[in-house]
Amino acid sequence: MEITYENEIMTAFLKGEIDHHTAAPIRSEIDGKAESMRPHVLRLDFSGVKFMDSSGIGLIMGRYRQISLLGGSLEVVNIPKNLEKIISLSGVCSLGVVK
Amino acid sequence: MNIVNQMDLNFPAKSTNESFARSAVASFVLQLDPTINELADIKTAVSEAVTNCIVHGYGYSEGTVYINVKITDKGKIVIKIRDKGCGIPDIKQAMEPLFTTAGDERAGLGFAVMQSFMDKIKVSSTVGKGTTVTLEKNIIRHRNSSGGADLGHGE
Ligand SMILES: Nc1ncnc2c1ncn2[C@@H]1O[C@H](COP(=O)(O)OP(=O)(O)OP(=O)(O)O)[C@@H](O)[C@H]1O
Ligand SMILES: [Mg+2]
Repeated sequence: MEITYENEIMTAFLKGEIDHHTAAPIRSEIDGKAESMRPHVLRLDFSGVKFMDSSGIGLIMGRYRQISLLGGSLEVVNIPKNLEKIISLSGVCSLGVVK
Repeated sequence: MNIVNQMDLNFPAKSTNESFARSAVASFVLQLDPTINELADIKTAVSEAVTNCIVHGYGYSEGTVYINVKITDKGKIVIKIRDKGCGIPDIKQAMEPLFTTAGDERAGLGFAVMQSFMDKIKVSSTVGKGTTVTLEKNIIRHRNSSGGADLGHGE
């Protein structure tokens, strides 16, 4: 997974299929980097995600909590059309993180 | 309602098999010529049910996940996903959106996703014995007024 850091914004470019199996390494990589970089904004870019189940929602909510604890905020960007259904069902939009 | 085709799939409750399971069911359903959206819905719902067997039913201990998929002559698919794990003490509560027993990284949305992505869901469970989730979706709709889908009953 590509992770960039620029102007206090850390962006993780998520790729492929997000399920319970693949979410674990994604989570630990993002959390590890965020803890050392302490970004103002953690941005999750979903443009490369082909499939996601509720594990992806858990991943978003978990990162929301983690970055809030570190004093930063979360942005979720570039949700592909085919993931809109699960994103809207999840209610994560009410967190104000989906851009 | 006649069953025109079916398949069984059993595999160890390992998280590596989650992607295999949803892809295998999706491949089997392809014979009904579903739309891309219908296929995505099925993949997502199967992923939820299989993950639940692995995460909750067996809780990372060993076990087998059992899947049976039936296709009816009306173009309906019936997917049964079963574990012989711990079972669910209160099914109604378990199916409430956001209810989870698994802590911070789970959203508690698996059943909500299955419910909204499929036409019908049935959950039966016995504590200490295991859980069966039955998911149904009608793939061929409005195809002809007599209701019988032409699935080509070849040899
Ligand atoms: N096969 C199962 N065996 C035992 N308990 C289960 C099973 N499936 C679901 N449950 C129980 O029902 C609860 C709700 O399941 P659901 O899939 O809706 O949410 P979750 O798995 O906790 O989180 P998410 O699916 O969003 O990652 C689970 O937390 C668990 O307690
Ligand atoms: Mg679940």
